[in-house]
Order: sequence, then structure tokens, then C-alpha cells
Amino acid sequence: MTLPPEFSDWFARKGWQPHPHQLDLLEAQGDTLLIAPTGGGKTLAGFLPSLVALRDGHKGLHTLYVSPLKALTADIARNLARPVAELDLPIRVEDRTGDTRTSQRARQRVDPPQILLTTPESLALMLSYEQAPQIFGSLRRVVLDELHALAENKRGDQLMLGLARLRTLAPGLTATGLSATVEDPQALADFMGGAAIIHADPGPDPDIAMLATARPAPWSGGGGHYAIPEVLAEIKQARTTIIFINTRAQAELFFQALWAANDDNLPIGLHHGSLARDARQRVEAAMAAGELRAVVATGSLDLGIDWGSVDLVIQIGAPKNVKRLVQRIGRANHRYNAPSRARIVPANRFEVIECVAALEAVYEHDLDGEPRGPGPLDVLCQHILLTACAGPFDAGALFAEVRTAGPYRSLSRAQFDDCLEFAATGGYALRAYDRWQRLMERDGLWRLRDPRAVRELRMNVGTIVEAEMLKVRFRGRGGNLLGEVEEGFAATLIKGDTFLIGGQTVRYEGLRELVVEVTKQPTRQPRIAVYSGLKLATSTQLSHRVQALIGDPSRHSVLPPDTADWLALQARVSTLPQPGVLLSESFPHRGQWHFALYGFAGRHALQTLGLLMTKTMEDAGLGPLGFLATDYALWIWSLDPVTDPEPLLDRDALRAGLGDWLAGNAVMKWTFKNVAVISGLIQRNMPGGRKSGKQATFSTDILYDTLRRYDPDHLLLRITATEARRGLVDFDRIEDMLDQHPRHDHRMLDRVTPLAAPLLLEYGRVPITGQGRERLAEAEAATLMAEAGLT
Amino acid sequence: MSHPFAFAGHALQARPSGALYWPERRWLVVADLHLGKSERLARRGGSLLPPYEVLATLDRLEAEIVATDPAAVISLGDGFDDDAAALALSDMLCDRLRGMAWGRRWIWVSGNHDPSPVCLRLPGETVDELADGLVLRHQAGQGPDVSGHFHPCVRLAGDRRRCFLVGRDHLILPAFGAYTGGLAIDSQALAALVPQGLAIACGTRALPMPVGTVRQAGRSGRHA
Repeated sequence: MTLPPEFSDWFARKGWQPHPHQLDLLEAQGDTLLIAPTGGGKTLAGFLPSLVALRDGHKGLHTLYVSPLKALTADIARNLARPVAELDLPIRVEDRTGDTRTSQRARQRVDPPQILLTTPESLALMLSYEQAPQIFGSLRRVVLDELHALAENKRGDQLMLGLARLRTLAPGLTATGLSATVEDPQALADFMGGAAIIHADPGPDPDIAMLATARPAPWSGGGGHYAIPEVLAEIKQARTTIIFINTRAQAELFFQALWAANDDNLPIGLHHGSLARDARQRVEAAMAAGELRAVVATGSLDLGIDWGSVDLVIQIGAPKNVKRLVQRIGRANHRYNAPSRARIVPANRFEVIECVAALEAVYEHDLDGEPRGPGPLDVLCQHILLTACAGPFDAGALFAEVRTAGPYRSLSRAQFDDCLEFAATGGYALRAYDRWQRLMERDGLWRLRDPRAVRELRMNVGTIVEAEMLKVRFRGRGGNLLGEVEEGFAATLIKGDTFLIGGQTVRYEGLRELVVEVTKQPTRQPRIAVYSGLKLATSTQLSHRVQALIGDPSRHSVLPPDTADWLALQARVSTLPQPGVLLSESFPHRGQWHFALYGFAGRHALQTLGLLMTKTMEDAGLGPLGFLATDYALWIWSLDPVTDPEPLLDRDALRAGLGDWLAGNAVMKWTFKNVAVISGLIQRNMPGGRKSGKQATFSTDILYDTLRRYDPDHLLLRITATEARRGLVDFDRIEDMLDQHPRHDHRMLDRVTPLAAPLLLEYGRVPITGQGRERLAEAEAATLMAEAGLT
Repeated sequence: MSHPFAFAGHALQARPSGALYWPERRWLVVADLHLGKSERLARRGGSLLPPYEVLATLDRLEAEIVATDPAAVISLGDGFDDDAAALALSDMLCDRLRGMAWGRRWIWVSGNHDPSPVCLRLPGETVDELADGLVLRHQAGQGPDVSGHFHPCVRLAGDRRRCFLVGRDHLILPAFGAYTGGLAIDSQALAALVPQGLAIACGTRALPMPVGTVRQAGRSGRHA
């Protein structure tokens, strides 16, 4: 296809020139993947072929657009309205998300628009309708926006299964993926099931540097508050600034510190996932209207609507991941040919090194990313159940269809049958449900035994499992909604505790009807707000770069002088960690022995290693008292010294510990819960659940413990174990660390070393107390009894 | 380790498992076994939960019987998740229950989930309530009485635990069954029955703590 004259005229009237990649995409045949930086007109490029093809009209649905954000679909609908109106095209554009009214949904099923904008979850739901063949039979194109983001998690796997379904319902449809810059475009094309790759001009290199500050970065901590004066100066010079911070709690604290020093009263907003939706939307609207000079944000702004006025991005804290840094930088500058401007503020001395290493990677265009594993089976289980909701299916045909989805291209028939068996009978060793199977085979086709199950299954669509969140309100009638905190955080609060939310300090008063009630407490210092959820681990590639930089004194001149001096002192007192050598140190300090292992394996893997090693140390009688994991090092303190770490790092022993002892760990239970919800073992909205008879529902931990005891080889436990190799347990990276460092170098020293010193100042220590929980509970119960005057 | 306490003039023991032991009579009382819960959910077209909850519950109950050698075992209502669940119990599990009941009294107090007498394959007798020194019924009524039904839970050191709730008029037992959730002790229903008294948390040891003080009200989170 080429650009028809009326379209060229339209571009010309606007004073625009089509980008070369927009024309490339128009001419392309078959499936394509467009890689373009932010501001490159990706979305218009994705729709141009549809607009051109739809000049002559089309009966039924022609183009399906899928994006990770509901907000994006609304924005796109507005943007498309203009060319459609001005070119007088016979096209109806509608969106279909969780927010779409029921009446509108029903109408869309009967009379679909030409262009439908949706999310992966809504697509999965639509595909579960009996009318799916009629709705999607006329489909010609699918546009997958922000595919790099979708491919990072299970939403992408579900979307690819949906795409495979669509290809069956509408043979010959073409798929177009739109992605920001990624490290491995071919892998993303394979994820789509194969596609020709079109690269847009990446534009000029960004203008990115560390923010020069009067004070050096502190030894530990993660706040970045030392740089407040310089950050304010940068905000003043820029038009609009986004300040990215890694966690919600840090964002709250930084926002407060920024306002404390904001003598000019610059309009600065706050945006993160714990804020009430209203509050977030207000900030977004103010940004869109150009009313804010800066917004302090977390990953909640990583994706989203382009704000043309943003011309500076400041990253507080180490970026953890080069690709994400590049994508964040891209949010500054929406003039395609101008360089993006970004400044980085390391939060502490170790992060200075990481920031320098990340900047080098940005300049060398060396992006990182973990290779994607095969498609997860819990998502497939859900897909099988939803497919049954649409109508009876043939197992062989569904297996063949699933294999056309990129993530499932190497799925075995045995794996598929396991999932089908789970969906049908629960897949238990004890065959208890033969009479009550969920799916049953009749006349060669699998179908729901009880059609009433459809409602429950549809309610469970999706792969995002949120932590239970509780609303936070000011006490009293109609108190303002401030935001939400995780239930686990709320459970740790005692009346009178203070924490930050929405930029203000509040006092916890109590829990009422599942709402956290607070009062204003402007004068008190907040207790550290730890409702932030989970921290990211530094990527493998970036960790390797950091280690290489530390280990090569000839390159230390690129570091700030105070950081270079610190490493020079470490080289004199002990030694520097070198690539290929696993350095560890033992030294006494304040009557205890300390062991530091410089593994550079990311905080999740080192946390897991800490759990496993302290268990072995306990068995060996070394009396471990606690440990702390950062992205670079593991620190364990104990009564007796570690003199030889090699037996503690024995690969087989660690693996045995993972399967055995760690299986009871909270992180594993959390992983299992997600698997159980996604696969459909339990409903995320158990009928009669949260709101009414609470005694009807029970924790998934009980199911996990029961399965481990009575059916240890069950499919869901196998999926859980697979997930534990990555993610929060990240056992693969422990193995990778051992592979990458074949030699051990253990040093016995007489005092704290320079490299270890910052560790001793970090927060987040994990105490090891053999019978820890029990002793804690006893102490708390005893205190309560004593306070009440009872004994 | 059990926690000894007095209720309505009788010396009782809260066992860490959630069972109540009455030494004077050698009675073992357990509430809300909900046997057959996974079968009932499946029958109604719901989730196919791991079908091991009867096994898990009986394993724990058997351990209690071995430990206390009671003269009588009393299921304080909702022993079965519904009447049909009792009928659906496998022969093997029925045999096991009969073995556990051998040589002692076995009493099923009716609950709201299992109103009818149990079937012939099962041991024991069914009663609506038991008044013998203490009044034992499924759901708290005119006190003083011993009951179940509410599945009381308490939050302790960040952990949610099943608990006994001991007030002046009511002693409420935790649910003993494997697949049972809980109701926080400061919820309206429970706070009305036991505004002040003692909660005894289950776990490795039975841990007593006060109920109805100001601080407690803020700490026991509800949890699904």
C-alpha cells in the first residue's frame, strides 16, 4: 500500500511530513514489528494502514488495538477522531475496557465498530463469548502497542494466546507490534510468532549525565535528599520535569523534602500507584494542561500518555536496569529530532558506581534484559478454561493453535495435556472429582460440565494479581480518600503510628470496615513508609558492568574522586572484587563475626542465598544472627566466623535447600498464590468473599501446605517451582553467579573493610531466630497481657 | 503446650491445635470441621480445590485423640460442610472415623451446615445441643455456653492465627477444619458476644492475650 493523495494532502495541510517508518509500515506485507523511540509517531504509524484500508468502508470489526493501559485507549480514541473527521472516513472508533458500560459492551457484541481499542484482559474476556467467531470473523488487523512492556510479564503471554485464537477466527489477519527500543528485537518478533522488523531512526543520542551536587552521595540509604538544592535548580531551568524514584515510599519522602525546600512555590505534583485514582488523574490532567513544573513519580508513569512539554527527566537512585533508564529518558522530549535530556542522582556511594556503569551502557547502546522463559502454564490453564466458555473445543486443534503463539511454540503435548487435565479435574493424584469435573469430553469435544461456571470463570480473567489493598481515609463521616496501602503494611500499624501518604503525614487510628482510618498529624515525623511493595533487582548485565568497573583500578578515574578513593582504600586493606573471582571477607566487629560476599547477583538472588546460607550455618553451629542482601553483596553476622565459604556455597546443597526448606518460605507461598489465581484454582473474587461472611474464605497458604503434604508433584507446585527460578526467588541467578565466578577468594581480616562498611548502615536486615516467629509472638502476647494488667 | 483457663466455673484447656479439652470429664471438643468442603464446592460447579482436606483434618484430629485419649469426642456443629458431603465421604474415611471413635462416645452437635443426623456409615449420635454441666451448642445463644460457628481469628506479630475467644458468657472455639477461614475477633458479631475477655491464639503453643482493650482493637486486622 502507498499513501493515497488525500492522506498526503492531509499531512501537508497539518504541516507534517510522514516519517519514513510510517510509510515503511504502510508498504509492509504480513506481520511486522516496529521499533521506534518515544515520540516517533509509533501509534499513528500503527493505524495508518487501517485508515487507508478503511477509506472504502468495511462491514464489522476491521482493526483491533491492544494496549497495556486503559488510559491509552481513551487517548488514542481522541487522537484518531481528528483524521477520521477531517478525512471524512467511514470509520467508527470505540474502546472496550473494564470501564466500558454494560450496554455499550452488549451493543459492541452485536454491532462492532471498525476500530476497537482494548486491553489484553478485555480481549481475553471477549474471546470467551459464544459470539466471538461473529465479532472477530471480519477482523483484518491487530495492532499491539507498547509490546515491549506487555512482553515483560504474563499479560503478554495471555495476549499472544489471544492472538493465536484470533488467527483461527480470522484467517489471514496481519499483526503489527509497536515497541520502544529493546535489547533483542528478534526475540520480541519471535514472541509475536514471527514478524518482519522495521527500525525507525533512533534519533540523536540523549543528553544524559550525573547531576553534579555540592555534597557527595552518602554512604548508604536510598533517599537522594542530599541533592534537593540541585534538583530544584534543574526544575527551575526546565519547562517540565519528571522525577522518577524507584519506590512509592521514597517518592513520598522525596516529595516532602522537595516541598520543604521549595521556596519559590513551584507547582510540583506527586504520582504513584498507592494514591487514590482521583488524585492520580488530577495530576495527569494538570500535567497535560502544562500547569505543573515537575512531578515526582514511580514506575506508574513509565507508560502512558505523551506530554509534549516534558523536557527533563531526573532519575533518583540507581536505575537498576539500562533499558528502563533509556525508556524513561525517552519521556523527555517529544520533538523527534531533539536529544532527550536526563540527569541521574545516585542515592549512595555504591549507586554512584552503578550510575556511571549505566551511563556507559546508554552511550554504547548496550541494553539489558533477561531472556524470556517459555510461556507459563498457569496462563495456559486459564486460556483453556476461557476457551471452553466460548464453546466446545477439540483438544488437538487447540494444542496446534496454542503452539502458533510465540511463547508456547515449544510446548509439548504432555504439558498441554497436564494443563487440560488440571482444567478438567484439578489434576490431583487422588481422583476425587470424577463426578464433578469442570470440563468433560463428549463426542470428542471438551466442554463445561456445568454452564453456570461461565460467570465465575469470566470473573477471573487476567494475569495481574494485586496484593490486597486497603483504602486510607481521614476519620469521620465522608472522610477524604487518600489512597491505598497493602494489607500487610496496614497489619503492622499500631494506633498512633505515623506514615506518609499523598505527601502528608497521617496518624493511624484504626481499621474500620476494611478502611484504614487516619487523622492529620502535620507536626510529627513519619515512620518510614514501607508500603512500597517490592524492589527491583539490578539487571545481570548492569551488575557485570559494575563489577568490571570496580575490579579495574585503571578505569577508576571516571568515578567521582571520593568514590575512587574509597575503592583505592579497599584495594589496600583487602582486595577489589574481580570478574571471575567470588570475593568474600570475614572480620570481627563489636563482638560478632561478619561475613560479606560480593556476589553481584541482584537483591532477590542474594536474599535467597542469605536464607539458604544462614540455614546451613545454623546446622554447622556457627550461630548466624541475621543477614542483609543488597544488589551487590550479602552480609551475614554470626557468633562464630565463616572460615571457608565453599561448603556453604555448594551447588547441590543449595538446590536441596531450595526444594526442601525454602519451600515453606513466604515468598514461595506468595508465588503459589499468584499461580493459583491465574490458573483458576481459586477465584480472585470468591463469591461471598471479602465483604460478607469472612469465615467462608481462607488463605491460599493452607492450599499450598496441603498440596505439598499430600500431592507434592501437582502441576501448580511444579509451576511455582519454575517461577521460583526467576522473580523474587531468582535461584537461576545464584547458579549464574557460581558459573561466572569459578574461583573463590576468602579473606580473614581484623576489622570492617571499606567495601563492607556501607552494608552495616543499610536497612532491611533479616533476623535469624531459629524459632523466630514463635518467640516474637510470645513476646508480643506477654506485653499485651502485662499492659492490660494480666499475667 | 495447652493453656488452662476457667469458664463458667469449670477448669478447661485450650489446646494449640484449636481443640478444647475438659479434663474433669475427659471430653475433647472440636468445632467446625467442615469435612467435605472441597467436594461440596466442586459439586456446585465451583473450584476444584485439593481434595485432601478431610484427610488433613482427620490426621490432626487423630493426633489430638492419641494425645488426650478422651472418653468422648464432640464435634460442635458444622462437622460436615453439608449433609450431602457426609454421604459422599469415601468408605476408607468412614472406616477411619469409626476406628477413631472405637471405645469412646462420639457426638455430632448439629450445625447450620449439617442440620440432619449423620448417616449410618458414621459413628456416633447426633444432638441439637448438649447440656451436661456446660451447655455445648453450635452457635452462641443464652450464656454461659460453649460454641463454634464464627471461626474466630486474631492477628499476632503480623501473623493471622485461629483463636479461642473466652468471655464472661461465651466460650467460642476456633474452626478445626483444614479449609476454614476466619473472622477477626473485633468484628461486629464477635465483639458483641465477647466485648471483653481473653483470646487464646493457636499455633505451636496456645498463647493467651487480652480482648477489648484499646490497643487490641487497632491491631487485629481482618484477613480473608
